[in-house]
Amino acid sequence: MTTKSNSHPQERIGVYVCHCGTNISAMVDVEDVAQWAADKLEHKGVVIARDYKFMCSSLGQELVEKDIHELKLTRVVVAACSPHLHEKTFRTACERAGLNPYLCELVSIREQVSWVHTDKVAATAKSKAVLSGGIERVLWHEPLDPMTVPIHPATLVVGGGIAGIQAALEIADAGHPVYLVERDASIGGHMAQFDKTFPTLDCAACILTPRMVEAGMHPNITLMTWAEVENVDGYVGNFDVTVRQKARKVITDLCTGCGICEEKCPKKVIDDVYEAGLGYRKAVYTPFPQAVPNFPVMDVENCIYFDTGKCKACEKFCPTEAIDFTQEDEIVEFPVGNIILATGYDLFDARRVSNYGYGHLENVFTSMEFERMNNASGPTDGEIVLRDGKTVPDSVGIIHCVGSRDMNYNNYCSTICCMQGLKFAHLVQERTGATVYNFYIDMRTAYKGYDEFYQKVLEEGTRFIRGKVAEVTDVARLPNEEGKLIIQAEDTLIGKQRRIPVDMVILSSGLEPRHDAKEVAKTFGISCSADGWYIEKHPKLDPVATMTEGVYIAGCVQGPKDIPSSVAQGAAAAARVIGKIQQKEMALEPVRASVLEDQCSGCRICNDLCPFNAILFHEDTMLSEINPALCQGCGTCVAACPAGAITGTGFSNEQVLAQIEGLLMDMSV
Amino acid sequence: MSEYIFYPGCSLESSAKSYHDSLNIVCEKVGITLNEIDDWNCCGATEYFGINLTPAYALITRNLALAAEKANGTNTVVAPCSACYLNLAKADYYMREQPKLGTQVNLALEAGGLSYKPGSLEIRHLLDVLIYDIGLDTIKSNVVRPLTGLRVAPYLGCMVPRPDYEKRWSDHEHPVELDLLLEALGAEVIDFPLKTHCCGGHMPHIGPETAYEMLHRLLTSADEHKADIMATVCPMCQMNVDAYQGETNQYFGTNHKMPIVFFTQLIGLAFGATPKELGFGSELVSAKKALAKIGTAPPKTKKTRKSKKKAGLPMPQPLPTGIRINEEEVIR
Repeated sequence: MTTKSNSHPQERIGVYVCHCGTNISAMVDVEDVAQWAADKLEHKGVVIARDYKFMCSSLGQELVEKDIHELKLTRVVVAACSPHLHEKTFRTACERAGLNPYLCELVSIREQVSWVHTDKVAATAKSKAVLSGGIERVLWHEPLDPMTVPIHPATLVVGGGIAGIQAALEIADAGHPVYLVERDASIGGHMAQFDKTFPTLDCAACILTPRMVEAGMHPNITLMTWAEVENVDGYVGNFDVTVRQKARKVITDLCTGCGICEEKCPKKVIDDVYEAGLGYRKAVYTPFPQAVPNFPVMDVENCIYFDTGKCKACEKFCPTEAIDFTQEDEIVEFPVGNIILATGYDLFDARRVSNYGYGHLENVFTSMEFERMNNASGPTDGEIVLRDGKTVPDSVGIIHCVGSRDMNYNNYCSTICCMQGLKFAHLVQERTGATVYNFYIDMRTAYKGYDEFYQKVLEEGTRFIRGKVAEVTDVARLPNEEGKLIIQAEDTLIGKQRRIPVDMVILSSGLEPRHDAKEVAKTFGISCSADGWYIEKHPKLDPVATMTEGVYIAGCVQGPKDIPSSVAQGAAAAARVIGKIQQKEMALEPVRASVLEDQCSGCRICNDLCPFNAILFHEDTMLSEINPALCQGCGTCVAACPAGAITGTGFSNEQVLAQIEGLLMDMSV
Repeated sequence: MSEYIFYPGCSLESSAKSYHDSLNIVCEKVGITLNEIDDWNCCGATEYFGINLTPAYALITRNLALAAEKANGTNTVVAPCSACYLNLAKADYYMREQPKLGTQVNLALEAGGLSYKPGSLEIRHLLDVLIYDIGLDTIKSNVVRPLTGLRVAPYLGCMVPRPDYEKRWSDHEHPVELDLLLEALGAEVIDFPLKTHCCGGHMPHIGPETAYEMLHRLLTSADEHKADIMATVCPMCQMNVDAYQGETNQYFGTNHKMPIVFFTQLIGLAFGATPKELGFGSELVSAKKALAKIGTAPPKTKKTRKSKKKAGLPMPQPLPTGIRINEEEVIR
């Protein structure tokens, strides 16, 4: 043990113990910890040990800087909060005083000590051990220099919903090129399916389509619809993106978007995507009248020609010969500097809640079906009718929290359903005069103008029943229930079971991560929560960045949210990207891993473990190599390598072992 | 040949004898050997748990202890009665969840020189074994007399699909296992909305009006769906629907004549066994008229011309019936 300190006899260490107001000092005797370090660890090289109320304040930082100058410190150890919060602060302070910032070590005595313990004596002893570990470790630190990489000015935006459109437009307006890649035939996303938006009830299409057109026409935006990102290589500033442009079977250079092919196509297919299964489309189609771009796509699976070899009606009637049955998928590759993921959400499949009867009982509808029904361009031309296509309902029940706040399905609140339910209630009442019942667990109408809307709907005479619905059934018990759907629910405000007969039931289905969210996260090297929502770098202070440099998230991909929040996140992500582009080049953390080639056995264990896809395997030499720009220095591969062939700057074996020895130091001597 | 430990339960000795007889025939056909637990006792049915919990758990667990002793190459206990199935599963589950309960129960069992380690046995219902171990293909291949033309209401009652501690069923509210099984026999299965609703349990004895009300709902719905017969997996459901149908009719002034039999009786029929050996005839509401329908081809439906009238809106597709929806298969 002593040999280690002997190998660093010349180091001069400054130790700083923070009170963090009373966050630390209430549970840890910080003066004692500092005094102890000064007395007992002098032989390790500690030349000064101080405690201070707020080390992160400018006065606290100046203290460190002054000591570096005056006491000729060569190492700094700060015992305070988690490195996540203030490592950068103290590294910068060291740098200002002329010390390489990577010679500073932060040990956490707040998150890992004062906040989690209740015994002050034991907490103080633990703080000393943690500090001792930090001191042993810092002796092995080496000065490091950040690596700078150029930033490519182009940005990839994945997902053409309102969040993606907003992000693309902001970046394009700032003068930078954007690739907007959308899986469906048109941009617009879920918002394009809606009729009205809460709480202002402005028409969704009226506010969305101008933005869609703008994105479609913008000289800085390359729009790629009917396309999917297949692969992403590289690192922040220098990503190489591979996109599969699916075959439209329509030559877009020739197509004028006249719509004759769609008109003449004899094959009618239920439209599960845009019409939510409530309406039909043709086998060659543009999903909706305002689609951007306005070129149709061919649904090969349902096309009569691809099935039987006959038909070709679309080709026959196309005035510009734009139909091309032989068209194949195309692979397009391009470099970008930053990526924004705005891939949105899937609607919870209401068939899973079998007691609500969706799929069994014909007049049970999902929220998305109702949105389409209510939409003037939808399958009923905006008429609110039952499944028979003609009967106007006299009474409608709207069930909230379907698949949300339910331990059988999703525990989380989908946030938009309360307001959506209120919007539906208003629209049904306005357009049909029907009696509307809202079944809710809790009414959640936070944000601007939302609660006022709730009060307005209350005044309009909508009935509100607070309680979870047990069942929707067509089995009547009383004469007035005959031929109706009966909603059985506990009314928790009067403490009674109620059975309410209605003509139509609308299920306010919750939001779920995209079914392929996990695979997509892997393609982009980011992580998602157990639910499948993508994880932001910090839930409060960095909500649109991810742990992977250069990859940002916006909209519902990060969690359920409404249109204003999605737009705000799209703009926020764009602002972050524009900031990065304007730096032209950026410094990368030098804390990263590298493979010692002569020790690597080529076992590839590290390849799959890397959460950032930073490890490349060379088939010819049978060696793994770590891309220094992609590596985030997490250390997973260092720990996993069976040959010990991977070492990390900042977390070398020597550093970690020294830290452990420090932690285990005998306090009694 | 699949071997299982068998817990028949009291009903199968008496009121549900036809269940016992028919399941023996069916099991033999599909290659199931049932090894009955020696000296088993009553499961406590629905009543005992309402009176005194620990003795109730001890009573039921005695059977598990005996079964565990008997376990010879298999650790699966099959219970055909839904109350037995639920009680066995419940005891095993709660003893695992609450170690204190397990200790208490084992202390009681010690008096008889027995003990049971919770979780050491799998407790399954006969329907579950027939569907998931034997499989629909084997069942189909044994059908010699398809139940063509017979409209059957599949009725599970409330205790088999819920609470489903081990997640064995496709859905708690609308499980499809019994439907698929009856369909495999060639029967016309109605989409019975009350298939998991309660039959009234022991209410005929303590609050008959409540029981009549619940039976009335079941019978009315089965009639509305034009069922010829109800098929159940539960002796109590069979007893209530069968024995109290007359009183229900009297109480409501209705004229339901809905026979209810055990699903194994219908399987046996399709497998070619005689109604007599399957215990038909012991039901109070006679199944004779329904049985007469089997073998007669359904009348051909007249071809109608396509209506030019504007069609209604399309219905959502029902969930694909991959019987049990695995974690991976869950449709998002």
